Amino acid sequence: MPVITSGATKIWRRRTTKAEWARSGAWFAAVLVFVFTWQAMTQDTIWSFVWDAPTQAADIGGRMLPPKWSYIHELWRPLWDTLNMATLGTAMAIVLALPLAFLAARNTTPSVAFVRPLALLVIVASRSVNAIIWALLLVTLVGPGVFAGLLAIGLRSIGFLGKLIYEAIEEISDEPIEAIRATGASRMQVLVWGVWPQITPAFAGVSVFRWDINIREATVLGLVGAGGIGMNLESSMSTLAWNQVTLILLVILGTVVVSEYVSARVRQAVS
Amino acid sequence: MTAAVRRWSPPPMIANPALRWAVYGGVVLYVVVSFGSVEVNWTRIAQGAERALRLLSGFLKPDFVSRGEDIWIGIQESLTMAITATMVGIVISIPFGIGAARNVVPMPIYIFCRSVIAVSRSLHEVVVAILLVALVGFGTFAGFLTLAFATIGFLSKLLAEDIEDIDHAPLEALRATGAGWWQVLVYAVLPQVAPRLIGLSMYRLDINFRESAVVGIVGAGGIGATLNTALSRYEYDSAAAVLVIIIVIVFGCEYVSGIIRQRAR
Repeated sequence: MPVITSGATKIWRRRTTKAEWARSGAWFAAVLVFVFTWQAMTQDTIWSFVWDAPTQAADIGGRMLPPKWSYIHELWRPLWDTLNMATLGTAMAIVLALPLAFLAARNTTPSVAFVRPLALLVIVASRSVNAIIWALLLVTLVGPGVFAGLLAIGLRSIGFLGKLIYEAIEEISDEPIEAIRATGASRMQVLVWGVWPQITPAFAGVSVFRWDINIREATVLGLVGAGGIGMNLESSMSTLAWNQVTLILLVILGTVVVSEYVSARVRQAVS
Repeated sequence: MTAAVRRWSPPPMIANPALRWAVYGGVVLYVVVSFGSVEVNWTRIAQGAERALRLLSGFLKPDFVSRGEDIWIGIQESLTMAITATMVGIVISIPFGIGAARNVVPMPIYIFCRSVIAVSRSLHEVVVAILLVALVGFGTFAGFLTLAFATIGFLSKLLAEDIEDIDHAPLEALRATGAGWWQVLVYAVLPQVAPRLIGLSMYRLDINFRESAVVGIVGAGGIGATLNTALSRYEYDSAAAVLVIIIVIVFGCEYVSGIIRQRAR
């Protein structure tokens, strides 16, 4: 324990002198990094716009209230599309991610040297690209609409589900697997009777969790043309119909809260 | 004596058969109805096939050079935006995280901090970015504000949950010596959550870089703006280059943050 000895009295200190210097150095470095990056970031910032923000906020806030409630009738269809994009996209991702996870997990992959890195590469590529970027690409490929959004959600979720499921597979207990193998079961039978029952709770939890995230993502995909309620947000904002924007934001908020509640309940039930 | 042949089958996930079939039926019905309402324009997809091929060939031969300048600026903007937003976000989210932990603060502060966190978490980054671009103008500053705001919701919530889970023995020991609220916080609470806070901050830096690519699409600067421009100019080889760079940087960030998180533990 670090102490300072001055004469006969010993005073407790939390850290040694060396640790104290190292900490101060780390803090100094952090401040330097911050100042440097801040300078680099704000060199093109037009500060008069930033200082003007409170006035703008008051102005837009005034136009946003009260919400235009009658606009709700035009929102049911986009809301339905949004839910479908999230749900079908998640379903598509589940179907594709499950085999991928088995290929990626160290203990079930057919080949650690070749198949596993390939499966991991697919997972990383899918995860690094955000759903909105996927949507941006897919809108140019398959045209604007719900279908592009559905594919975007699906492609983004494959990596997420694949990663979490393969990690769950790597954590399973070996005993049931060996017991089943000892009865003469084939590889496929081992997967179905030994591995699958062990990962079902994790699988269900992860899938519902991703569905919940996807609802949230699906509400904004329309901004790049991929269908759903985001398209109404885009058109309301470009026509400066701020009272419609308020209503859309409220609907999005409600949907997100409900889906989060449902997903929390389901995850509680399966775990 | 002939025993009836019995085959074992695993217990189904839903025990009640009526409920089980109702759920299966409902799922099938939903998929049919919802997929029916998705309009798939096959002629448009056929047209897109040619673009898809060009995009794929762009991935095989990404063009880093002809838009090199734009890409470089975009990366710089994204990285600086992510770093500053994470740092500011951490500084703000520590007090909010402490305020949202039920075991260290009084009720009114708890409710206030929890509601700030709830608002920050339920608004998608892109929606926040759009509103902020409208307020402070196009460019990285709007992106910085967006990411910092999103960081607060994420970090404060996880930090608060962590504080609520801490071991109470050191707190009581310190209180017994006559330590005040601040002293208990600094000497008993923060040391217990510091390793996890470092880990979460690194993770959030990682997320912020990824998100910085997205907020650019709605005008908040960064690599997303470059990507959007490349796609709208149909320069698929440059777009592929941007995507490759994003994937490489995200992978690098994830690797480095994984190492730091392991060492902080």
